[in-house]
Amino acid sequence: MNTVAKNNSALGLIFTFLGGLLLLFIIAPVAGMYLNTTSAGLTETIGDDAVRSSVWLSLWTSMAATMLFSLLAIPLAYILARKNFPLKNVVNGIIDLPIIIPHSAAGIAVLGIVTRNSLLGKAADLVGLKFIGSPAGIIVAMAFVSIPFLINAARDGFAAVPERYEKTALTMGASPARAFFTISLPLAWRSILSGLILMWGRGMSEFGAVIIVAYNPQTAPVLIFERFTSYGLKYSVPAAVVFVTVCLVLFIIFRLVKKKINA
Amino acid sequence: MLDVKNISMAVGNFKLSEINFNVEKGEYFVILGLSGVGKSLLLETIAGLRSPDSGKIFLRGKDIAKEKIQNLNISIVYQDSVLFPHKNVYENIAYPLKSRKAKGIKEKVHRFAEITGIADKLERKPSTLSGGEIQRAALARSLASGSDIFLLDEPLSALDSKSAFELRALFRKLNREGITIIHVTHSYEEAVSLATRIGIMEEGKLVHVDTPSEIFRHPRSEFVAHFVGIKNFLKGNLKEGSGAQLKEFALNGISISVLTDIEDGEAFLMISPDEISISNKPEESSSRNHFKGVIKDIAPARIGIDVTVDIGIDIVSVITSNSLNELDLSIGKTVWINFKASSCKIYK
Repeated sequence: MNTVAKNNSALGLIFTFLGGLLLLFIIAPVAGMYLNTTSAGLTETIGDDAVRSSVWLSLWTSMAATMLFSLLAIPLAYILARKNFPLKNVVNGIIDLPIIIPHSAAGIAVLGIVTRNSLLGKAADLVGLKFIGSPAGIIVAMAFVSIPFLINAARDGFAAVPERYEKTALTMGASPARAFFTISLPLAWRSILSGLILMWGRGMSEFGAVIIVAYNPQTAPVLIFERFTSYGLKYSVPAAVVFVTVCLVLFIIFRLVKKKINA
Repeated sequence: MLDVKNISMAVGNFKLSEINFNVEKGEYFVILGLSGVGKSLLLETIAGLRSPDSGKIFLRGKDIAKEKIQNLNISIVYQDSVLFPHKNVYENIAYPLKSRKAKGIKEKVHRFAEITGIADKLERKPSTLSGGEIQRAALARSLASGSDIFLLDEPLSALDSKSAFELRALFRKLNREGITIIHVTHSYEEAVSLATRIGIMEEGKLVHVDTPSEIFRHPRSEFVAHFVGIKNFLKGNLKEGSGAQLKEFALNGISISVLTDIEDGEAFLMISPDEISISNKPEESSSRNHFKGVIKDIAPARIGIDVTVDIGIDIVSVITSNSLNELDLSIGKTVWINFKASSCKIYK
């Protein structure tokens, strides 16, 4: 017994050390960025209208992308969790496609479907909506790259709900819609919420696809990039710190909310 | 009330083949079978949750395939995943009432909870209830759904014996009050204590439907024979033999002489283990049946010692420990078994 405990403690030490290295790898660059920012520079950046509007734009477009596309993603996730159909694996593969293709390529792909010559572009034109260089385009680009996170999480969530609850609900006089909204959706909600947070976070931080569809108006990642290429590291760091801080605060709030729901 | 006609279907490893039975209003029908024979699949099909590949189910004279599940008034209670875990007992019982937009929900929930003995746990979440309490709450919810047929899927299998005993009484009470119950189980005791009729299910087939006394007096399956302690239960073909009323019962390439006036064809044979003798050499006696075989197992029985001899089929003989020692019997030894044609009980 002692030998086993000894070996385990040695393994535990090695794993803790390796894990610690990894945590340092994540924390160090972010912490370094904060340490390299002066309070004067930070105050000036916060007062900068362009920075403030870019952060706000990133926030609301990513939220909008998450909310709008969740209306399509959650039903699809439910179908994928519950139904078997030909080429289901292909559909699952297609959903993961935005994760593996380079995001600049994703931007070009999105640009192809939202230009004025495309079907979607023409239809949008009719109602006076334009995608290129507009929040609508940003929302589409963000949704394209971040939707797999929501679909995958929601699908796993629905799959973890025993189908028997839904069947019982049906025999209890519930319509399929009532069974979905009162049984399946609440029971899968934790996973769906995780997916929503991941999708929102991924969309908010998106740079590659967004810059191709809409250089202006500038989202925070585009603004940070622009400051870096135009003025150098010194001017881009405060803007990055402001955006990262906003993201962190929101991320912590969402994590706390999720923890409360899970409890 | 319920007519199941020629249902066949295959889902994954489970298969149902040409299931036929009917259940009258107020009956307590138990489907008895080992785990994995398709009992739950049959229940889901009756509830309209699965469509059979062929065959039809008529409920109150109507084809259930043409009705919406929520309008069938059949309630299913599963063995696990019974109550909605995110709702407390009150909300679970209220669920069907809300689905049907009933009035006086609060009063009804309390009334059904009183009937099933769960009224003091209405605020509790399912995760804090015992197995028996979960089943009681599920029954209250089924009552609230207004169903007059309850489909119970192994409802007692996860319960301690005291809870199971109390719930059996509750099932009987509900049945007396007019609820038709179809209950699937692998427990012989459950079936005997509850059923007005039993259907025996084997490998996706309903092989025997009858009253409990008839099912166990004349078993038609090894499964049932085993339950009632019949050790030599054989299914074979009865053919003309060499003399008047002396016939041949054939199975697995073996021919057993039997004394019977039952007509030829498929039949069942039972031989009591105490009617079978074992010898080291072919026995010269009035017995018509002598078979050479190898001892496969020797095990103490409630009275005497069970010796299983493989003669192409397994035959169990019960002998005394004195005989075991005198004949020097051991596993793997070749012996002869002997029994009279008149010891063989034949029935159709």
